[in-house]
Amino acid sequence: MNRTLIALSLIAASLPQIGAATALNGSGATFPAPLYLRWASDFRKDSPDIIVNYQGVGSGAGIKQFSDGITDFGASDVAMSDSEINKVNGNVLMLPATAGTIVLAYNIPGVQTGLKLSRNAYVGILLGTIKSWNDPIIAKDNEGVTLPNLPITAVSRSDGSGTTAVFTAHLDAVSPEFASKVGSGKSVTWPVGVAGKGNDGVTALIKQTPGAIGYVEFGYAEKNNLTMASLQNKAGNFIAPTLQSGAATLASVNLPENLRAFITDPEGANDYPIATFTWLLVKKTYTDAAKAAAVKAFVSYGLTKGQSAAPELGYITLPENVVAKVQSVLATVK
Amino acid sequence: MGGNSAVTGSIHPIAGEYRRRPDFFRGACWLASLLTIVLLAFIIGEILIKAFPAISKFGLGFITGIQWSPNRDVFGVLPVLIGTAASSFLALLLALPLGLAIALFLSEDFLPHSVRQVIRFVVELLAAIPSVVYGLWGIFVVIPLIQQYGAVLASKLGFIPLFAGPAYGNSLLTASVVLALMVLPTITAISRSALVSVPYALREGSYALGATRWETILSVIIPTAAPGIVASSILAFGRAMGETMAVAMLIGNSQRLSWSLLSPSNTLSALLANQFAEADGIQVSALMYAAALLVVLTLGVNIAGEAVLRRTQKATSGLR
Repeated sequence: MNRTLIALSLIAASLPQIGAATALNGSGATFPAPLYLRWASDFRKDSPDIIVNYQGVGSGAGIKQFSDGITDFGASDVAMSDSEINKVNGNVLMLPATAGTIVLAYNIPGVQTGLKLSRNAYVGILLGTIKSWNDPIIAKDNEGVTLPNLPITAVSRSDGSGTTAVFTAHLDAVSPEFASKVGSGKSVTWPVGVAGKGNDGVTALIKQTPGAIGYVEFGYAEKNNLTMASLQNKAGNFIAPTLQSGAATLASVNLPENLRAFITDPEGANDYPIATFTWLLVKKTYTDAAKAAAVKAFVSYGLTKGQSAAPELGYITLPENVVAKVQSVLATVK
Repeated sequence: MGGNSAVTGSIHPIAGEYRRRPDFFRGACWLASLLTIVLLAFIIGEILIKAFPAISKFGLGFITGIQWSPNRDVFGVLPVLIGTAASSFLALLLALPLGLAIALFLSEDFLPHSVRQVIRFVVELLAAIPSVVYGLWGIFVVIPLIQQYGAVLASKLGFIPLFAGPAYGNSLLTASVVLALMVLPTITAISRSALVSVPYALREGSYALGATRWETILSVIIPTAAPGIVASSILAFGRAMGETMAVAMLIGNSQRLSWSLLSPSNTLSALLANQFAEADGIQVSALMYAAALLVVLTLGVNIAGEAVLRRTQKATSGLR
């Protein structure tokens, strides 16, 4: 008798929870994946009845799965194009959720830190016109550094990626020659060098090849102790990639109404030149009200409490004015 | 005669009994083999359907084009086709002498039977190692070697286009060296069975005429087994062409034309593995077109290999 009562009360206690638990499935960009996964697990502690799953399948696949209705939210390093938005009949909001910088990491024996690369230098390296580390164009900005006579191996991504899109968009903006020879996009043809799959593939190639230089995300480079070059920004200053210099870049961005801002060549004196927002894609209207509420709760968590987890994982905390703007757009989700 | 017919007569009713029942096993076998054919047709059909937009848009220019720029919707696979052929051919060039030597060693009685069995087992075990492990081994062992000696090679022989610098660790040569090891079991196993099936009478005849062992091997056994050895090479070539993971990890993934073995290159399978996940629009179609080319090439090579192998078996069985 007693036992039956306990059993019944247990079932009764668990029923409402099962009924209220909402599962949110998302997929997309691999770049913010560590942060989103962290949010998902921390958010679970705050709101035990919402379960968030996120899979880092890549920006393109994320947009595809979101458009096909497979996932409840998507994520992309590259904002959706107009034709992609039309595909979902405009039922999408792009919300900047975090931001990051892309760095040029290098492996030059004997040059531990502080390599400075002017715009001419890094564009020349990636176009293959600068072939050796002791080239005068590089040496000019690095007085006191002994640069070896070592061939340069440029390392790029072999797979399509948002990182490549952001990086090439910057090069495309700063060099007309790069724009005509290579152009920008998720997957381009590099005139020189080798390519590896994913940030980890590029990282491995840089670590393994003396004389290598390649582009990876800041968080990734930091986690793997890669040495990063200071890059010359539009104002002409050499800026080392740090969370502060990345935040400076974001602060100077003016977000438009649709929250779709491409930072190709920031103008501030202390701005790190290559930075990007990364977006969460959510629907304007969900058919399931519980899902809409859950999405709002999760994204809102990410924009507020979640931002404090960003720096330790190598992402840039969104400036307050950006958070406020995104929150106001998020509030319109139904 | 009469006794015989009596026996068959007594068996006949039972055989008839069997025949009247539906033969499920036979049916299942038919179904399974048909399913294999249907599956192959389905896969090829699906690839062709998905590839159709690219086939109609780019036509044969896809095969002769030298630029692969998804961001500009320019797709040409000539450098990749050349990379595929070159890496497989180079792998074969490296693996054939070694594989044939091992096969000879294992088919002649240089060693006691039990020791040969062990060596044969070990060589065939190479085929069981996963591709990604070969890739890792290549990264940690072959790449440093190629980096070290490639630079020397480039500085000494760089005037020959094949060895022109700068020497990259991830290069056509690196991929070919690892591919050579991966196709070694194919070459060894098939060559060995071709060598073993050379009729004993031929060897005895050769010895009887006063030939030494090496003369017998070089002028009787190898020529007799030659079609089988050729078949093993063709099949190994086919395997090398389709190999993906290890190659993608080692070849440097660059779609540029270069004469140098020390330059990065790319293969069809590595290109597909790298770019499929993030591809959209016409790029998916272009990759499917590349996949169709890969299927045609590997199927063609494998069919040729099997055909040669069959003819050999017929030829040697005639000698018996």
